[in-house]
Amino acid sequence: MDRRKFLKSLGVGMLGAAGTALTARRSHAAEYSSESGEEFKGVLVDTTRCIGCRSCEEACAAAHDLPAPDIGDESVFKEKRDTSTTQLTVVNRYKTDKGIFFVKKQCMHCGQPGCVAACLVKAMKKHDDGAVTWDTNCMGCRYCMISCPFDIPKFEYNSWNPKIQKCNLCWEQRLTKGGIPACVEACPTETLLFGTKRELIEESRRRIYRQPKKYVNYIYGEDEVGGTSWIYLSAVPFEQIGFKTDLGVTAYPEYSTGFLYAVPIVLILWPAFLMGLSYLTRREDEEEKKEKKR
Amino acid sequence: MSANAAPHEMKSLRDFVPFILSELKPRGKIFTLFNIISVPVIILGVILIAYRMVKGIGSITNLSQEFPWGMWIGFDVMTGVAFAGGAYVLTFVVYILRIEKYHPIVRATVLNGFLAYVFYAGALVIDLGRPWHIFNPIIGNKFGLSSVLFLVAWHFLLYMTAEFIEISPAFAEWLGLKRTRQVLSSLTLGAVVFGITLSTLHQSGLGALFMMAKGKIHPLWYTQFIPILFFVSSIFAGLSLVIFEGSISQRVFSDHLDDEHRASHHDILIGLAKGCAGAMFTYFFLKMLIFMHGRHWEYLHTGWGLWYLVEIIGLVLIPCYLFLRGAMYKNLISIRVAAVLTILGIIINRLNYSVIAYKWYIPLPAHYVPSWMEIVTTLAIVFAEIWVFRWIVTRMPILRKPPKWVTTG
Repeated sequence: MDRRKFLKSLGVGMLGAAGTALTARRSHAAEYSSESGEEFKGVLVDTTRCIGCRSCEEACAAAHDLPAPDIGDESVFKEKRDTSTTQLTVVNRYKTDKGIFFVKKQCMHCGQPGCVAACLVKAMKKHDDGAVTWDTNCMGCRYCMISCPFDIPKFEYNSWNPKIQKCNLCWEQRLTKGGIPACVEACPTETLLFGTKRELIEESRRRIYRQPKKYVNYIYGEDEVGGTSWIYLSAVPFEQIGFKTDLGVTAYPEYSTGFLYAVPIVLILWPAFLMGLSYLTRREDEEEKKEKKR
Repeated sequence: MSANAAPHEMKSLRDFVPFILSELKPRGKIFTLFNIISVPVIILGVILIAYRMVKGIGSITNLSQEFPWGMWIGFDVMTGVAFAGGAYVLTFVVYILRIEKYHPIVRATVLNGFLAYVFYAGALVIDLGRPWHIFNPIIGNKFGLSSVLFLVAWHFLLYMTAEFIEISPAFAEWLGLKRTRQVLSSLTLGAVVFGITLSTLHQSGLGALFMMAKGKIHPLWYTQFIPILFFVSSIFAGLSLVIFEGSISQRVFSDHLDDEHRASHHDILIGLAKGCAGAMFTYFFLKMLIFMHGRHWEYLHTGWGLWYLVEIIGLVLIPCYLFLRGAMYKNLISIRVAAVLTILGIIINRLNYSVIAYKWYIPLPAHYVPSWMEIVTTLAIVFAEIWVFRWIVTRMPILRKPPKWVTTG
């Protein structure tokens, strides 16, 4: 066979395939800061303070040029709403034994996001400041939606040129210009607090320590799926206010690293093994032929 | 036969053009049952695809924010690629192990595999929301190196190339291009080695795609060993399809087969059945180990447990036994029944991961079910593939022996 061509094609394959594994794994400090060392910023949501005014929804829609919600309409609380292509954040009402609580929902901006690891064109990106954003080189495969533990990315199914819509922490609109997310600015009750994750965790601990009876002793997002940039405080166990509490503390990209590590090994060993096997069988073949000639 | 009328060697474009034109003309009866069914379906499929391109994916599918992957991924891509696995298994047996017995079916299998990739992986294009960006991971608008899908995309492309090289001598023989054929067939072994390596990785890679769907796939199916399960099952998925497809080709294209091939056909099927049984037992054993370690006994009493048992007993263990029995008693009916059951099992298995046991906690009425339009487009793609397959088989030396000039030199 043409060995040079074979090696050349193998090289291309390596580039396409083996390179995959090299960037896969990151250390556990990844929940607080980026690789360049910049601290991730995020938001602390203190659900005990939220009054369900939905000012955050309104501000969000305005910041992202989306249809403005009618925040006077309280009938929306009858059902549990999910974020959508036109609502990047929603507030839901939960009735618990300790009373009524409102919970804001949006992208959690994971420290090591599943969607970013899933994206084959890096259209999903975790920025150094913590924001997870979407870009237009996306091909619309929707693998990010499969890989998101919180089911956050939403796809515009009824457009010929669909986008993935999700909270971007106002990265483009405000963060890069030195601002803070629109929802945080709009919140009248200081339910939302913007800061670095480290500061937010400290503040959460302080609140729990000062008022141990008010809060459950748990910070949702501190460790969930390897830590998220948005974290929550609650007065009741988190499963009562609509949170998934069985997600584990492993960062989602870690689940596929085992496979990705095996890739270069197979890619190097398999051809060698197959070629060797092929030479072995060929030799037998030729010997048989020689014997027949005799 | 008409195809033998192909000139011994194409000398110039003047020979070439009329030859191609004559080959493009339809052969055989036009109003067959298959044609009467497939043509309207393909036409409807094309219309639906055009409509989808203008109005968006949501216009003809039941996909939702909860179920981003439906039938087009779960059946066309996941299942189609598993069925195409016969190509890498047989090229391994014939070109690496050099077991000549299987040589007569290797070309048809590789052709089938190649077309399966072109059509079913090609079906991805209509599923992509922004298909004009499909080459982004290839051209480097950007390389998502940590993505399993990046690997799968590259491997699809490279493997299609490898399979094309493997099948290309048949094209050269058809066109009567002596020298080209020589060059192309010298590349076969390289393409085979490369192809098997790629197949190992992307067959398992398709499974690895679901690793990050942890918590969304029912615990009876989700395991860290999904990639290995996908790889092992692609072996018997591919072989079963070879048995199934071979049994049909045997009848439909019987006038293309040479006597030698016809005589060895039974022998080949029995050998394939043994291979299937072996791979399926391995798979079953793996499944059992995973089940024991997963400690999911409590789920067996639920409806999902029953569904799991249907798949693992009814569509793996039973066909495994039927293959073995068929091989022992040389009972072809048993083998064919086993092949059909296995094919059904693979379809259900791949759909379980992508659609059925995906978000199993969502009650059935809200669960994704494909729309009739998704089914029609899928059928259209399958039919289109069969059309191309038939067109090639009736014209090129796929089932029949290569022209004399190949062996005499």
